[in-house]
Amino acid sequence: MSQPFTQRHIGTDAGAQSRMLAILGYDSVDALVNAAVPASIQVDRFRTIGDSTLPPAATEREAIAELRDLAGRNTVKRSMIGLGYYDTVTPAVIKRNVFENPSWYTAYTPYQPEISQGRLEALINFQTMVADLTGLSTANASMLDESTAVVEGMLLTRRASKSKSTRFVVDADALPQTKALLGNRAAALGIDLVEVDLAAAATDAPTDLGEYFGVFVQYPGASGRVWNPAGVIAAAQAQGALAVVAADLLALTLITSPGELGADVAVGTSQRFGVPMGFGGPHAGYMAVRTGLERQLPGRLVGVSVDAAGHPAYRLSLQVREQHIRRDKATSNICTAQVLLAVMAGMYAVYHGPDGLKAIARQVHERAGQLVVALLAAGVDVVTATFFDTVRVSVPGRAAEITLTAADSGINLHLVDADTIGIAVDETTTLADLARVVGSFGGRDAFGLVDFSMVEAGLPPELHRTSEFLTHPVFNTHRSETSMMRYLKRLADYDYALDRGMIPLGSCTMKLNAATEMEAVSWPEFGGLHPFAPRADVEGYLELIRQLETWLTDVTGYDSVSLQPNAGSQGELAGLLAIRGFHLSTGDTQRTVCLIPSSAHGTNAASAVLAGMKVVVVACDELGNVDLDDLRAKIAQHAENLAALMITYPSTHGVYEHEVGTICRAVHDAGGQVYVDGANLNALLGFARYGDFGGDVSHLNLHKTFCIPHGGGGPGVGPVAAKAHLAPFLPGHPLAQSEEHYLLGAGDAASGEDGAGSTVGGTVVHAGGPVSAAPYGSPSILPISWAYVRMMGAEGLHEATGAAVLAANYVAKRLEAHYPVLYSGDNGLVAHECILDLRPLTEATGISVDDVAKRLVDYGFHAPTMSFPVSGTLMIEPTESEDLAEIDRFVEAMIAIKAEADAVAAGRWPAEDNPLQGAPHTAQSVIEGEWTHAYDRETAVYPVRSLIRGKYWPPVRRIDNAFGDRNLVCACPPPEAFE
Amino acid sequence: MAEHSELQYTAEHEWVQVDGDTATVGITAYAADKLGDVVFVELPAVGSDVAGGTVVGEIESTKSVGELFAPVTGTIAETNDAVVESPELVNSDPFGAGWLLKVTFTELPPLLSYAEYSALIGE
Repeated sequence: MSQPFTQRHIGTDAGAQSRMLAILGYDSVDALVNAAVPASIQVDRFRTIGDSTLPPAATEREAIAELRDLAGRNTVKRSMIGLGYYDTVTPAVIKRNVFENPSWYTAYTPYQPEISQGRLEALINFQTMVADLTGLSTANASMLDESTAVVEGMLLTRRASKSKSTRFVVDADALPQTKALLGNRAAALGIDLVEVDLAAAATDAPTDLGEYFGVFVQYPGASGRVWNPAGVIAAAQAQGALAVVAADLLALTLITSPGELGADVAVGTSQRFGVPMGFGGPHAGYMAVRTGLERQLPGRLVGVSVDAAGHPAYRLSLQVREQHIRRDKATSNICTAQVLLAVMAGMYAVYHGPDGLKAIARQVHERAGQLVVALLAAGVDVVTATFFDTVRVSVPGRAAEITLTAADSGINLHLVDADTIGIAVDETTTLADLARVVGSFGGRDAFGLVDFSMVEAGLPPELHRTSEFLTHPVFNTHRSETSMMRYLKRLADYDYALDRGMIPLGSCTMKLNAATEMEAVSWPEFGGLHPFAPRADVEGYLELIRQLETWLTDVTGYDSVSLQPNAGSQGELAGLLAIRGFHLSTGDTQRTVCLIPSSAHGTNAASAVLAGMKVVVVACDELGNVDLDDLRAKIAQHAENLAALMITYPSTHGVYEHEVGTICRAVHDAGGQVYVDGANLNALLGFARYGDFGGDVSHLNLHKTFCIPHGGGGPGVGPVAAKAHLAPFLPGHPLAQSEEHYLLGAGDAASGEDGAGSTVGGTVVHAGGPVSAAPYGSPSILPISWAYVRMMGAEGLHEATGAAVLAANYVAKRLEAHYPVLYSGDNGLVAHECILDLRPLTEATGISVDDVAKRLVDYGFHAPTMSFPVSGTLMIEPTESEDLAEIDRFVEAMIAIKAEADAVAAGRWPAEDNPLQGAPHTAQSVIEGEWTHAYDRETAVYPVRSLIRGKYWPPVRRIDNAFGDRNLVCACPPPEAFE
Repeated sequence: MAEHSELQYTAEHEWVQVDGDTATVGITAYAADKLGDVVFVELPAVGSDVAGGTVVGEIESTKSVGELFAPVTGTIAETNDAVVESPELVNSDPFGAGWLLKVTFTELPPLLSYAEYSALIGE
């Protein structure tokens, strides 16, 4: 009999919990949470025991067995569909040491650069790789996927172009999913898309396109065609527009880069650099820009700065340009990146080097040439004259039949239309595969007679790449597996991830990512599927998705869920677009005002702007709660135009707001919709449900509450959950295998259910436009959340919430004598996180929130969230997964640091020379030269004895942020810089 | 450099020094201090026409991105290249070497006096 998973997931056992409860003065965890959560919203008022449709908790072994069964219902065929997704060989050394290594996948976004140098270096490798291959000066640290990167490219050209035109020209040979995404996003922003056959326009008489602010070229085209877009780019720039080129990174090793062709912006995906297709994701998209556009880049950008000792050190650059700081002035709502996948793609380039990548590309191209020769020999009409890896063939009236024949022989081709088939070759394609393809066209006999010496290169000679790339030593050093393994280990050792200790980041929910949850992610049955594979191949995935949708509706009180959004920010956007769609459908086109409390996360405002809404800020009182009087005034002022209110629950201040029901009613009474931001759902699951107390739509963060690891800053999954009236407006996808999604209470006509109040599931078509390139977003990581819910069950989720709230209140209670707790709700209790106010300490001692955060590194901790949501504070979220010993170690470190600050105030250490201002301390800093500080070396690096046998050593000292932003360098510095 | 008391001010924390039909514009020490370490300054093109009260540039610090407003309607006569090259001048000498732009104008809108601006920032 194995121990229940709940006891593995929750760090505090019954004994520890009772000691914690004793300090707080409560008899039980439920008593504590019931005292904190307002009675008016508690789940007991809305449902009774047994209402939950969640299956009883499975053991780890049972969950794996069920996942095996689901995996077995997927069929992995050789994918030759293309369209931006290609099979690839993940080097085993990268799979084992990065993809399956908690040192990489449990790390957080590198906001604390001193303890993140490993993944920052890995990301700057990725940026250098993208910049080199695209021939542009600066690349960011990845985008969510190719199609969203194209949308971001469109938005970038709109703000950077001097043209006042609302028109954006789109290549007719763009990927279909990209066109769909552009259509959906442009409509909300009043951008007019103009589709043009640009390749024809480039060769035939140039078409007069009128005025436009940007042009988008797919290079090579979705059809596989390779043509020279330099003329199209020059023509655009001549009339004040900017050019965005979506380019295939592998092709760019052989063909002229977008930068050399004059492009302003290049975008795309790095999936085929060793990242499994995963039925659509996650993978790292990319974006690069020419000189002069760096400050227009959305998302995250790693740059080089210097530390306190003058040594080069990496950090996130231009942080203030991130949307969460710019709020309603933001020009993008992209927050997170796809760090884990960008690291993998960058390491693929590190391992293969420029020559290795070229060799892979040549092999792919040659294989495509062989395919063409064999098809021609079989009498098939190949219509793509110039190509890299993909061609189209014309088979009038026979396309469907041939595609089916190919599928029967184990190969998926791209059925373009009744007369046309697309065939894409990749790194894994063999001659045997080609024989089967040709066989599907009835050319089996011909294949053996094909004279492959007849293969001609399909690339236009004028586009042969002559410029060098990946010349930096990092791409030319690690050829042996031993060297690569050690490089990955060295970088991992620079970083602080959950495998070292607690990461108490408030609002980030750094809970356990259990090994069993992670198991299925690397199974080929989940990894090897193309996002547009035929439905018959993906039944296991569709069942897993249906189950997860069902469970998520159950725990949130909503009726239908879309798993498509690739991040919380995209979930917000999808939810707001659903509200927009709903208002448009009822003729309320004027409802565009979105009320957002001043305490909200900045992404809320950025998402609202990108959904075409106008942000109106609602004041908060001194406790961080929504100011009801101001809310009523703003509702009255905008009643006719009110689209929605966005509210985070529990609030960003970590408090269960009392009036949330009243707030929702006031918005509904005025005809508005309520968007509940699910960022803090970890404080509510099992105790209250958004849908019960007035929410119409929410996004959830599966990478917080539902255990998908943070991956060092992505991947994320941000499902959007909605009530039935909004469900038809949730994101759909033109290439989805199934349009139908679970709808709670829709009833089952056959069983005679009338629907109302029924828990029997029906289905609904999500008919909104897509927000991600793939129909189900990033499906290959959904088994993680599936396994979490499956192994916890309703009772386990309830217990986890209780343990999380207990841990936060315990930390708040133990630290309150040392640091004031800024906000609390009923009975002086906080939710799942607490904000410590360091401003009085700073006032009294001169010690800043930065000093305390960096000093925690010397004590062996990742700092809590700094200065969010209130400047000069630390927000701590211990989560349910930490055990009492680790929580106590943290509490004692915080108390010791307070004593150090007091010693500075008392004059024992000078204000400008003390262990806090000197933090963090590297080994070098305490060994090298003469020690001249006012405190001793042991205090610097071993402030507590327990560190002696196991200390995390930061590789750099405190990093100078201003230097890096004034001297922007976002590519690998030369090795001499580190001497 | 004129005395601070002889300058005029805007509610957007800019100072304006008028000399004939030319206004020299910068941000106040109060604004520079609130922004923190300035890392990047973007100024409008010389010769471009600007409308009073509209955003004509950006001042980026390690804490935020501030907008630069044109205090008067007119034509940009000159911008401070030194501050683009060395943005830290905005912090070290906001009223002097950290000036941002000169605008040629035809009509001066009402601006704040030193006393009014001092009251605005509570000093």
